Amino acid sequence: MAEALLDINVERKSFGNTTVLHNVHLRLHDKEVISLLGPSGCGKSTLLRIVAGLEKDYQGQLNRTADEVAFVFQEPRLMPWLTVEQNIGFSDDKHYDKAWVAQLIDEVGLTGFADALPKALSGGMAQRVAIARGLYSHPKVLLLDEPFSAVDAFTRMKLQDLLLQLAQRHAIALLLVTHDVDEALYLSDRVLVMGNRPSNIRQELVVDLAHPRDRRDAGLAGLKALSLTELQQAHVI
Amino acid sequence: MNSKSKDLPAPLALPVPSSSIAWKQRGKGLVLPVLIIVLLEVIVRIGWLPSYQMPAPSEIALTLGDLAEGPLWKHISASLLRVLIGFAIGTSLALIFAAWVGLSREAEAYLEPTFAGLRSIPSLAWVPLLLLWLGIDETSKIVLIAIGAFFPVYLNGVAAIRNIDRKLVEVGQMYGFNRGRLVRRILLPAALPGLFTGLRSGMSLAWMFLVAAELIAATKGLGYLLSDGRETSRPDIVLAAIIVLAVLGKISDGVLAGLEKRFLAWRDTFSGQGTGD
Repeated sequence: MAEALLDINVERKSFGNTTVLHNVHLRLHDKEVISLLGPSGCGKSTLLRIVAGLEKDYQGQLNRTADEVAFVFQEPRLMPWLTVEQNIGFSDDKHYDKAWVAQLIDEVGLTGFADALPKALSGGMAQRVAIARGLYSHPKVLLLDEPFSAVDAFTRMKLQDLLLQLAQRHAIALLLVTHDVDEALYLSDRVLVMGNRPSNIRQELVVDLAHPRDRRDAGLAGLKALSLTELQQAHVI
Repeated sequence: MNSKSKDLPAPLALPVPSSSIAWKQRGKGLVLPVLIIVLLEVIVRIGWLPSYQMPAPSEIALTLGDLAEGPLWKHISASLLRVLIGFAIGTSLALIFAAWVGLSREAEAYLEPTFAGLRSIPSLAWVPLLLLWLGIDETSKIVLIAIGAFFPVYLNGVAAIRNIDRKLVEVGQMYGFNRGRLVRRILLPAALPGLFTGLRSGMSLAWMFLVAAELIAATKGLGYLLSDGRETSRPDIVLAAIIVLAVLGKISDGVLAGLEKRFLAWRDTFSGQGTGD
C-alpha cells in the first residue's frame, strides 16, 4: 500500500500511575475511514488527541505526512460570539476565504444561516458548523471524537451520511472515535476494537462493503454480530 | 440531500418586544416612585412632617431649578471629572492586573495574596492616609476613587478569565494559536461578560467613593453640596444633590449597560419570565 498519511505508535501513555494506552499502533491511509471502537475511558479519545497534537506527553512516535489535520470535537465548540460564517473561517481570523466558507455552508446544508449566532442553532446544526469548520483548512485527515454522540438517532444518521459525502468529495481520510457499533460499521473501511485499560487494539475488523451502504445490509448485520462477539471476548461488554 | 435538514430551524433572533410592550414595562417601574412622591407631598402639605426636616417634593424641585441656574453645573462637572478620571485609572490598572493574574499561575502566586490583603482593608480607611500624603486637592480624591473602582473590576476580571470554557481554549490550541492570538480571539471575548459585571460594579463604587472624598474636603462637587446643605440646615439642597447623584449614577450605569448589551448580544442567557399570560 502507498505511504500512510498517519502512522502512530504509542508505546505507553499514562495519566499519573494509570496506563491508558499500551502498544497501540495505527496507520491511516489516503481516503481511508477508520473507527476506533471501545468503551468509555479506554483511551480512544486520548489516542485521537495524541494524533491531533493536543496531547504531547506520551512515549512513542507520531508520523504525519499530511500537515493538514483537522479535529471535530464531541461538542460543537463554536465560539458563541461569532456567526456561523465567522466560526467556520475561525482559523484565519477576519481574513477568511468567504467564497470557500459559503460553499462549505451550502455543503453542510446550512444555506441561509451564514449570519446566525450559535445560540440560534440546534445541536445537529451546530455540529454541521463544526464539521464545516474542520473542512475549512482543506485537511487531508479529519479526526472526529464521538462527533454525533450528543444528537438524536435520526439526526445522527443524517450527519453520518453527510460526513461520508463530504469525505468522498474532498478526498479526506477519517479517523473516528465512537462507542456506537452501528456507526463504526456503517462508516468505516476498518474498525479497530479497543479493550479496557491498559488498552490496545484487540481486534481489527475489515468492512469490505461498497459505499453508499444500506443500513439494512445483511453483511453489516453479520459484521455487527461478529464485532459484538469480539467485544464480549475482549471483556468490553 | 442534506439541505433539507429536519433540524428544528431555531429562530434567528430573540423575539423583540414591540415598543408598546416595552413602554408598558417601563411604566411599571414608575408606579412606585410616583406613588411615594405624591404621598410625601400630601403628608408634608397637611403638616404631618415638618417642612424644615422633610421638604415637599415640589420644594425640592424648585431648589433644583434654582441650583440649575446657578452653581449646579459647576458641581456636576467637578464630580463627573473626578469620577471619570478615577474610574479610568482604577479600571485600567485592574484590567492589567486581572489579565496578568488570570493568565499566569505564577503571577497569581506572587500577587494574589497581596491583593487579597489589600482588599480586606475597608477602602475608606485609606482616606486619612491619602489626605496626609497627597493633601486635600484633586489627587487624593482621584486616588481614592481609583482604589474604589479597582477591586470589583480586578476580582471580576480574574474570575472571568478563570471561568472561560477550557474546551473553547482547546480549539485555539488545535489551530496552533500563539498567546496573543489566543487572548484576542478566544480569551478576551469569552471573558467579556464577566468584565462588564466588574466594570459596572466598579462604576457604582467610584460614585460612592467620590461622595466620601468630597464630603471630607472639597470646595465644589456634589459631595460638597451635600455637606453644604447640612451645614446651612437646608434638607432640600441635600435631597437635590442626592437626586442628581442618583441620576448621574443611573446614566453612567446605563452607558455601560448599553455597551454590554451591544457587545454581548450573542449571549444565550435567561432574560426573566414575563407575566405568564
